[in-house]
Amino acid sequence: MSWRNSNTTWGSLSRVIHWLSAITIISLFALGLWMVDLTYYDSWYRRTPHIHKSIGLLLFFITLFRLMWLWLTIKPAPLQEHTKIEQILAKVTHGILYLLLFSLMLSGYFISTADGRAIEVFNWFEVSAVFPGIEGQEDIAGKIHYTVAISLIVVVSVHALAAIKHHIIDKDNTLKRMLGLS
Amino acid sequence: MKQSFLAILFASLIILSFNLSAADYQLDTKDAHAFIQFKIKHLGYSWLVGRFNKFDGNFSYDEKNPAASKAAITIDMASVDSNHAERDKHLRGKDFFEVNKYPQAKFISTSFTEGENGQAILQGELTLHGVTKKVSLMVDHIGNGADPWGGYRRGFSATTKLSLKDYNINFNLGPESKEVELFISVEGIKK
Repeated sequence: MSWRNSNTTWGSLSRVIHWLSAITIISLFALGLWMVDLTYYDSWYRRTPHIHKSIGLLLFFITLFRLMWLWLTIKPAPLQEHTKIEQILAKVTHGILYLLLFSLMLSGYFISTADGRAIEVFNWFEVSAVFPGIEGQEDIAGKIHYTVAISLIVVVSVHALAAIKHHIIDKDNTLKRMLGLS
Repeated sequence: MKQSFLAILFASLIILSFNLSAADYQLDTKDAHAFIQFKIKHLGYSWLVGRFNKFDGNFSYDEKNPAASKAAITIDMASVDSNHAERDKHLRGKDFFEVNKYPQAKFISTSFTEGENGQAILQGELTLHGVTKKVSLMVDHIGNGADPWGGYRRGFSATTKLSLKDYNINFNLGPESKEVELFISVEGIKK
């Protein structure tokens, strides 16, 4: 099994990034919902936003690399069993997932950098504020961040249910290809 | 008919003359010679200072009859600025001001009692976070006179202390952070 993609299946690099992203996105969603309701004297009050932002920014760089990798290497061809409509739906869903993911990460970045502050990534490096803030930026970005996060989880569920449908009902290799079992 | 007309005429004249002697002033928010600052203890270890950037108001003051003075201020709560966008976002949200539900705070005076050396007590009703309570402001008359550009100005500063709980703001910031102090400095331009 190669680390690179082939015409018929995903390489281990793509698979690791896919599942790592999946775990990260779901964890960050839960962490985000939890952290905003912490009380001031909770020992996690300051730590959770720091972790949320740090992991979020790392995921941003990983996702940029992921898209670059997708562009640089070959992508496995759609399975023969998939109908034309299924292939289009899959492509559209994947596009929406990437679009929502980037909107989510950018809106999060715009909340924390609204007053020109940089974001510290695990006390490892800083990502500075690039754009001069507009009035009410943190509130606008906050609303977008929340709405997009919910939307992303909905589309992720559709994506996951589709994979399960292919595995259980259609009994094809869709999910196995991403699990490295084909 | 004729009598009631005369009565209205006299009443209007009295109101008019009262208005002439009591000068009305508009807060100079346009050129920012008016400030609303707050401070609250952080953990009991230091002061956190912030301000509201958008507000408007006016007052009337009559040197011959100071007790008739009046003041009113409306504050845009979303304009809170504590020099930290994430904290301001938190302050605007459900844990504190709920600016979506209560966009404005209002103060309307009910009485003005002048003491010695330009000091006074201004009482009034403050509506904040949907709750209206009586508050008492310790006022200092700072100065008044002609400005260099043809206008006439008068300025006061005022302080007061509010308990967050009184205004139904119940986010627990710790035992030392239950009260917030306000410092208001206004300059009015005579209308």
